[in-house]
Amino acid sequence: MPTAAQPLHTPILQMRGISKRFGAVQALENVNLEVYAGEVVGLVGDNGAGKSTLIKCISGIYQIDDGQIHFEGKPVTMHGPKDAAQLGIRTVYQDLALCDNLDVVGNLFLGREQTHRYLPRVAEPLDETEMEKRAITILGDLSVTLPSVRALIASLSGGQRQSVAIARAVMWNSKLVILDEPTAALGVAQTRQVLELIKRLRSQGLPVIVISHNLADVFEVADRIVVLRLGRNNGNFERKNTTSEQIVAAITGAEFGVEVAA
Amino acid sequence: MSTIINEPRVLPEHSTGFWRDLRRRISITDLGALPVILGLIVIAIVFQIANPNFLSPLNLTNLMLQIAAVGTISVGVVLVLLLGEVDLSVGVVSGLSAAVMAVLNVKSGVPGPIAVVCGLGVGCLIGLIQGTWIAKFRVPSFIVTLAGLLGWQGALLYVLGNTGTVNLRDPFILGIAGTFFPALIGWGIAILFAVLYALFALLERRRRLSAGLAASSRNAIIFRIVLVAVVLFGAMAVLNANRGLPSALVFFIGAILVFDWITRRTVFGRHIYAVGGNAEAARRASINVDGVRIAVFGLASMLAAFGGILAASRLLAVNQSSGSGDLLLNAIAAAVIGGTSLFGGRGTVWSALLGALVIGSISNGMDLLALASPIKFMITGAVLLFAVTVDALARRRREAAGR
Repeated sequence: MPTAAQPLHTPILQMRGISKRFGAVQALENVNLEVYAGEVVGLVGDNGAGKSTLIKCISGIYQIDDGQIHFEGKPVTMHGPKDAAQLGIRTVYQDLALCDNLDVVGNLFLGREQTHRYLPRVAEPLDETEMEKRAITILGDLSVTLPSVRALIASLSGGQRQSVAIARAVMWNSKLVILDEPTAALGVAQTRQVLELIKRLRSQGLPVIVISHNLADVFEVADRIVVLRLGRNNGNFERKNTTSEQIVAAITGAEFGVEVAA
Repeated sequence: MSTIINEPRVLPEHSTGFWRDLRRRISITDLGALPVILGLIVIAIVFQIANPNFLSPLNLTNLMLQIAAVGTISVGVVLVLLLGEVDLSVGVVSGLSAAVMAVLNVKSGVPGPIAVVCGLGVGCLIGLIQGTWIAKFRVPSFIVTLAGLLGWQGALLYVLGNTGTVNLRDPFILGIAGTFFPALIGWGIAILFAVLYALFALLERRRRLSAGLAASSRNAIIFRIVLVAVVLFGAMAVLNANRGLPSALVFFIGAILVFDWITRRTVFGRHIYAVGGNAEAARRASINVDGVRIAVFGLASMLAAFGGILAASRLLAVNQSSGSGDLLLNAIAAAVIGGTSLFGGRGTVWSALLGALVIGSISNGMDLLALASPIKFMITGAVLLFAVTVDALARRRREAAGR
């Protein structure tokens, strides 16, 4: 393996020799990716480098053509997003998938509503008190600042929405969270809010993969930066010993800077 | 590690004084209904000045009988609008279902109760078919239900055959909309509901407080209970001054209470709002989006059928024009005037009552003044436009204020 120092224990997620082809297009070729507990991995690359394809392979939307995926040390095959969800892999896509017309509690529990259990399933009333209590606890643990858990999503800022989406991704016994461009289209203060939230996830031991075009953001939160270029690995950098010039070089394939290995 | 935010800020907002609480409620949630209620008061004052019989117990009872059928249909329209869809077939389906009931009862001698259940079943089945078509083939609901509007009109004519009009004589069917409860039962129902409402409101407050959550102040809840009691007892006093509580109104309000509970308190209801707000998000949250759509269209058509049966029971007959005319447009207009968004995800079942009251009052008042049809149509159209504009402006302000 390349330059990056490896923690001693086994990785939560280990992908080896992943290949994915769409017709004549080789989207991924022999890609490796490892994620350890309590680690934030920045996944960077130019447009078309294969970041999104790789993420969709992890979250079960695409099936890989070649290679192996190990999750918590065990080999896994994913046939759909449900398999990934079952393993505890949650992805927050750029569109966030929140319902603007529901409040924060409604969105956190969407599809997993808690109910009173004294009536037949179809007529079970929602247990709003319990859901609100849990929502306050979860958002409090993550130090997410909101006007109220009963505020409609439509009334929240972009950063607050992103925070709600991330909170929903981590609250259901998640083991790995993937964030697709979490700071795109956010202002300075809101970006800060989301980056702080990512750091908090790490401090709780939850591994996070962050895809971003913004190297400053990646440098702030990531422990390790994995570069993809034209569907192949093009570097695996320990953030502490790396400059952004090196990353830019790896992304663009320029020759200056430190030699990188796949 | 955190420099900006290092403590949870989602703290329960502790209940404050009565007026502040009331103002907060009005500014956040109750603004939707407030303009309509003010509009209703203005309408009542205008017509009362023009004709002192408008607010008489006799006329108000008639008004309730007039709006019960269209209001019940409108409850189903609200459900469909919450999905962000539309159902143009509800008027015709109400006529067809009533025709099935009438023909079974009068021509085939099927007992009244069974004929009514068959009518409701036909409505529900039609809704399920249309809903399945919309959900599975992705044909816009506008088109599917427009086809239904034409097709079921044909079915209505076919069912009625060459008789044209079927007169109803069955005491059970006529009793559905033609019963008036004696004063004592009316008062009993009013007291029962006031007590139940108070009980639920106070229990909910206690549950929230014991869970450490914010709750409305005691005064605000008492204010709400008093308000509900005043409305209930006031309405009952007016109705009892005439013939008593009409059964048609009981069914209409009953439908609203049942579906208000379903939409706001159950998992199914939450999923209706979710699908209407963001169908893709609902799908990713593993909600059965198609199932919700099909069920809602089924329920809406069944409510339409029920409305048709109420109308048939009141008019003592079903004929070829049952469910046609402006019934469909009034049912949709009532839902929208009441504050339900055409774009899905926003509104409550109560808008069926408020909207039906507005449309019904205007139509009733203009009848009292013996205005000609051209003027009636134009005024109703203007009111619809005005109501929706007020709602759109209020919503824009609310969203700009970050609520």
